[in-house]
Amino acid sequence: MKTLKLFAVLVVAVMVSAFTIKADGGGYKIGDIATDFNLENIDGKMVSLSDYKDAKGFIVIFTCNTCPYAVAYEDRIEALNKKYAKKGYPVIGIMPNDTDIKPGDNMESMQARAKAKGFTFPYLMDKGQEIYPKYGATKTPHVYVLEKTKKGNVVKYIGAIDDNYKDAKDVKIKYVENAVDALLKGNSIEVDQTRAIGCSIKTKS
Amino acid sequence: MKRLLLIFFIGVLSCKNDASKVVNDFSTTASKEAVVLDPQSKIDLKVYDYDGLEPLINKTDNKVHVVNFWATWCAPCIKELPYFEEVNQKYKDKNVEVLLVSLDFPRQYDSKLKPFIEKNDIQSEVVALDDTDMNRWVALVNENWTGAIPATIIYNNKKRQFYERSFTQKELETELEQFIN
Repeated sequence: MKTLKLFAVLVVAVMVSAFTIKADGGGYKIGDIATDFNLENIDGKMVSLSDYKDAKGFIVIFTCNTCPYAVAYEDRIEALNKKYAKKGYPVIGIMPNDTDIKPGDNMESMQARAKAKGFTFPYLMDKGQEIYPKYGATKTPHVYVLEKTKKGNVVKYIGAIDDNYKDAKDVKIKYVENAVDALLKGNSIEVDQTRAIGCSIKTKS
Repeated sequence: MKRLLLIFFIGVLSCKNDASKVVNDFSTTASKEAVVLDPQSKIDLKVYDYDGLEPLINKTDNKVHVVNFWATWCAPCIKELPYFEEVNQKYKDKNVEVLLVSLDFPRQYDSKLKPFIEKNDIQSEVVALDDTDMNRWVALVNENWTGAIPATIIYNNKKRQFYERSFTQKELETELEQFIN
């Protein structure tokens, strides 16, 4: 009887820990190989990372129209692309929300927003919401800097764009720029993971 | 089998309808009122940086504390806010205290946050957190927090639980009950 009880406790413990691991263990860690994708851009064309033959890597940013934090970073995201696309690290914007829940993030709205802000980077729709869970993005904006290697696109940085969402002028640490600069110089990245508040990615469940 | 599927489908649909009704409980149209808002709002909003907030989310009294991180622009936060209000009322005499920590942008305190508090007659204590160094304080609130809101802490002087998720009324009460002796 005692062993049975012990066994039951053990089973419960294993189940609980299994759930815990699942809850916060989803998505990529630094050093993982990031999946490629084939997602529709605002111009109707399909975009994959493999299309970028000359890229040294990518600044993948999960972002959207409707989150105030994402909006606060729009100009800075565009500036990142302007600065780093020519150096081999283009910005790839991916909109991960379910557009039934957030109609303000539908394709027409994405097109309108990109036009109004003059986005020069691809702004893709994660239709079917299959890509963001693989990366482990939980919010917008959420950045993944990838380095292209023979093994694939290796995750080198995960987190925020910089340390001040309110005002670009007050930024002290440009996390993403520092990460990409380090990669371009072949140095190791000093801060490879950061956290920031963002809007949870909207799903139906 | 087909019939079973159909029944299941209808079940899912009706659940959704219920959910959408709840969404309307709290209106997010505060911005409309903002235009005519009296600048001398009666709401005395306390604004903290993280170091100021820290003691408020780490109290060592004998109460059960429910801390919810939210913002007026966060739709899932607004959806679950009535549940926190309900809990605040229902468990008041069970030594439960609710604290709503707003992450609204400072420039919207007067135009959005205060009108929202007034319009919806929020009874739980509301404070605002204004601290741009999120990489520092998000991890200090909880090391597992990726930074998405809504997020909630329930704690007493014995244990502490962090939730980066949305709640239904029932789910919130089930979690809270574990802290009430």
